[in-house]
Amino acid sequence: MKEAILMKGNEAMAEAAIRAGADAYFGYPITPQSEVIEYLMHEEPQKRTGMVVLQAESELAAINMVYGAGACGKRVMTSSSSPGISLKSEGISYMAGSEIPCLIVNVMRGGPGLGTIQPGQSDYFQATKGGGHGDYRLIVLAPSTVQEMADFVDLSFKLAFKYRNPAMILSDGAIGQMMEKVYLPEQKERLSNEKIIELYGDWATTGKTANRERNIITSLDLKPERQEIHNIHLQEKYKMIEENETRYEEIRCEDAEYIMVAFGTSARLCQKVIQLGREKGLKLGLLRPITLWPFPKKPITDYAEKVKGFLSVEMNAGQMVEDILLAVEGKAPVEHYGRMGGMIASPSEILQALEEKLISNN
Amino acid sequence: MTEEIIIAGFGGQGVLSMGKILAYSGIMENKEVSWMPSYGPEMRGGTANVIVIISDERISSPILNEFDTAIILNQQSMDKFENTVKPGGLLLYDPNGITNHPKRKDITIATIEGAKESSILKTNKTANMIVLGAFLKLHPVVKMVNVHKGLEKSLPQRHHHMIPINEKAITIGMEKLKIIQDLRKVATMN
Repeated sequence: MKEAILMKGNEAMAEAAIRAGADAYFGYPITPQSEVIEYLMHEEPQKRTGMVVLQAESELAAINMVYGAGACGKRVMTSSSSPGISLKSEGISYMAGSEIPCLIVNVMRGGPGLGTIQPGQSDYFQATKGGGHGDYRLIVLAPSTVQEMADFVDLSFKLAFKYRNPAMILSDGAIGQMMEKVYLPEQKERLSNEKIIELYGDWATTGKTANRERNIITSLDLKPERQEIHNIHLQEKYKMIEENETRYEEIRCEDAEYIMVAFGTSARLCQKVIQLGREKGLKLGLLRPITLWPFPKKPITDYAEKVKGFLSVEMNAGQMVEDILLAVEGKAPVEHYGRMGGMIASPSEILQALEEKLISNN
Repeated sequence: MTEEIIIAGFGGQGVLSMGKILAYSGIMENKEVSWMPSYGPEMRGGTANVIVIISDERISSPILNEFDTAIILNQQSMDKFENTVKPGGLLLYDPNGITNHPKRKDITIATIEGAKESSILKTNKTANMIVLGAFLKLHPVVKMVNVHKGLEKSLPQRHHHMIPINEKAITIGMEKLKIIQDLRKVATMN
């Protein structure tokens, strides 16, 4: 059996990147995720696996380094927190357009602007609906434990390469800063160019061979007819991801009369709310989206026929609640409860909000 | 068994490391643990606190607003956390620097002179372990053998020569603890 160790979410993610056989990390420090680059610098993975770790001169430089290395078919990662992800959004859009697989981590803090350094979830729209320009989607995974911070690194690379698409881990300052018991994954080998071609095809700039044309990695095509064809291809790919990669967890939903929908830290708070509510005889459940995009629409639509209401619990003014409303299709009441600006709701406060918004009013 | 603990004091009093050693000891005992610190500006010169949860079950929320135990090392933390102890819970504090002592009648209250006893050991670095010892005497949530393993895991190798003095400090804490008000049921005494 593997050894359990105590680690911060940020550190577990950094170690998991080395073990996932990542080829490079390019980043720029920002609270509350600076431990990622600190851990990697201290650990010197270039001596362990040959993985490159580089502190770029800015977030813009970092994301464009990701673009360059990703275009070579390498497993590349960057991480930042909310304001830094805004800076990286141009590059993210370019990578979505050029179909470059990579991993981007956002350890969210309160916004808008520089906001605060305390935990937030107000980048849900940015992560799931764009952020950058153009019709694109990121595969967005939302860890709610330190273990998932570690596990989702390899999963993100797998999904990113399977679909040639950027993937994002959308975490928050609480999960990044807290320590929990974690079992680290086994060390995987970094892939050679030959192995990359064998596993993922020869789209990347791994060096032109005599048997094929040169590969061009770009998001630019000035001919609108061709750009539209490219867009149609992207949309077909996104549809396939929606069909195959939706992930979620249900906790006590089987007999629930009221279902909370929450991800990340909020999902942890809600697990306590279930306990407090059930002690009072309230049948509460939690549906925790693990992929925020693709969003687990179907299970919510199905539960809408059975339950008395949904409460979206987010550390923002109400963002994911819009996707819940679309999924519920008006069949049940949907309310939102959230704190903003880096404030975290207490479980008893959430329970009170649920009782006021969904139970007393009916 | 689930024990939800807040440890609070000034930055530099060893609040976070006390929590880390406790959490690591929990892992050594095959329990689920979480360690949720205050971070950022709170850490820099101000108050520091950490929520530690040790449980036999999957831990729901690492962030809580009421606790089985509050371990308090300064007045600001006393003001902030006295009322967050659950009825029947435990408030353990170092009276050094405390001017307004706790007034709750529905909780167990105990003191441990961590800073004073540490100065007798000719170091100011063991005060937190003395307080930890007092806590473990009152709530033996982890066995001493696992606290030893927890210390080994938490402290970097270069500090391993400090493990004996830390263990001595824990023993002192267990001995020098004073119970001011006891609401513990007989069943939980042993």
